[in-house]
Amino acid sequence: MNKISDDISKDLKDQPKFSSDLGEKDQDHHTFDVGEQSTLKKIQHFLHGNPTIVPVIILILSVIGFGFIAGGKFFSAFNLSLIVQQVTIVGILAAAQTLIILTAGIDLSVAAMMVLASVFMGKLSVEMGIPTLPAIAVGMISGVATGAFNGLLVTRLRLPPFIVTLGTWNIFFALVIFFTGSQSIRSSDIEINAPLLHFWGERINLGGFVFTYGAFLMIGIFVFLWFLLNKTAWGRHVYAIGDDKDAAELSGIRTDRMLVSIYAVAGLVVAIGAWVSIGRVGSVSPTSFYEGNLDSITAVVIGGTSLFGGRGTIIGSLFGALIVGVFSSGLSIAGLDVLWQRFALGCLIIIAVGIDQWIRKVSN
Amino acid sequence: MEPILVAKNLSKKYGKVVALESANLELYPGEVLGVIGDNGAGKSTLIKVLCGAVIPDSGEILLDGKPVTFTSPIEARTLGIETVYQNLALSPALSITDNMFLGREIRQKGFMGKFLKFLDKKAMADEARKRLSELGLLTIQNINQLVETLSGGQRQGVAVARATSFGTKVVIMDEPTAALGVKESRRVLELISEVRARGIPIILISHNMPHVFEVADRIHVHRLGTRLCVIDPKKYEMSDAVAFMTGAKEPPQS
Repeated sequence: MNKISDDISKDLKDQPKFSSDLGEKDQDHHTFDVGEQSTLKKIQHFLHGNPTIVPVIILILSVIGFGFIAGGKFFSAFNLSLIVQQVTIVGILAAAQTLIILTAGIDLSVAAMMVLASVFMGKLSVEMGIPTLPAIAVGMISGVATGAFNGLLVTRLRLPPFIVTLGTWNIFFALVIFFTGSQSIRSSDIEINAPLLHFWGERINLGGFVFTYGAFLMIGIFVFLWFLLNKTAWGRHVYAIGDDKDAAELSGIRTDRMLVSIYAVAGLVVAIGAWVSIGRVGSVSPTSFYEGNLDSITAVVIGGTSLFGGRGTIIGSLFGALIVGVFSSGLSIAGLDVLWQRFALGCLIIIAVGIDQWIRKVSN
Repeated sequence: MEPILVAKNLSKKYGKVVALESANLELYPGEVLGVIGDNGAGKSTLIKVLCGAVIPDSGEILLDGKPVTFTSPIEARTLGIETVYQNLALSPALSITDNMFLGREIRQKGFMGKFLKFLDKKAMADEARKRLSELGLLTIQNINQLVETLSGGQRQGVAVARATSFGTKVVIMDEPTAALGVKESRRVLELISEVRARGIPIILISHNMPHVFEVADRIHVHRLGTRLCVIDPKKYEMSDAVAFMTGAKEPPQS
């Protein structure tokens, strides 16, 4: 027994005796040194604190670059307006997508949700003679409901968002075909029966620049979501959940309820996009925006939002969508084949995720 | 003096494994109670019961003399029992202020706060700065710094500041020095003394004997699912404590 005690005392003696090891307490014993940093480290830290800087730089560089390559045509008021018009729908989808990706999720069903909402709006008002505003309201409800449905599957069944939305993408798409019988609702019918559905497609001319109302609405959505994410507790909780869901739960956030509300808000944004899309396209086509899901993810990723959640800004996604627009426009004006636009976009995605990974290493 | 937190006859079984068997614990105002025990002694089950993460099969918990029950850590927290988890439960990508007020944000007064639900960031930053300087963590200059840019010791500081900021009656600290180096551990031990100096009692769970012996006022030795004894660190050597803990030596009769 004494032997055991001796062993224990010996073990304990080997442990550092803290007070004596450290000597005199210095005055600034609570300071925590950061240490010397190299320039690269400083850049890394700066980007880490300001993740939106990367897409802004890429946007500026690509605008300048295409200005040189494609010349004055690129900078024409007509072309710049066209870029903004073209990114409106993908921009709105990207706004919704950002909310989901910030929670470390992903939503493959946004475009199908949008088409489904636009089908409700068009069907009810054009073919069933319901007044346009209630029909739009039903479309909005459909957006919130389909979003919340995704959220409930993710939280109740504990399924990964990727799988849930891969499933609901197909389900929503099937519903669209079911409700429409694969028939488009023609633009001329909408114009006669429910012209309000075309409202966001109307144009306004500002000194040669032609903007649709929808473009302003898109900016409005981004500003609204920026306030929501940065100025409200709800917004901070979005980041907290994406960052570390368990920690958020222990901090007193009802994470499951929050997640459902985030998916529902994203669904509402998507439904607003549905209304705008009718104005942009003119008709309601069941097969439109088939690539909208992936385009929205592309815009979010290029916009500097991390696929691992908790890091990124909503405004970054707006820049991301604009970058995609500038690239497509610039490359086509420069006379390059569509395949090279896709090629360039692919490179951008990989570079964006690579930069994100590098920036994330700061925390280790 | 009346104890602030009492656990009486707590029992918990996982299938046939008895994790707790009529375990008792008393925490008095203004003290640091060290809790030590060998692996599998039921120490962490005891702590999980006290912080609400595990619901006991039987037994009762008294806070301020009144019986309390809770079914989640959030309910325990509402009653004033705060836990600093070993993994700290912080969100690295959020700022110090955001983390300190996570789930308990302060909203702006009037219309902006009530209807638009805008946060009062200034009030939160001021409060966070005040709390951190009270704990001697003045040198965190930028209160809006992201937590992931902080060192391990600083993060522990933020977690402790959060745990002691909201009308807290008891703080439970689970292995606060386990992941830290020598210097950082030193600071956390000082932090524990600061919290005690402010009158908040602490339950400190640790495997590190020198740390427990340095800051604890009393040491609760847990063995085989129950309290073996409570010793005064001034009267016993660390080797005695380890011997009690492992069963190599008979505990003192009290």
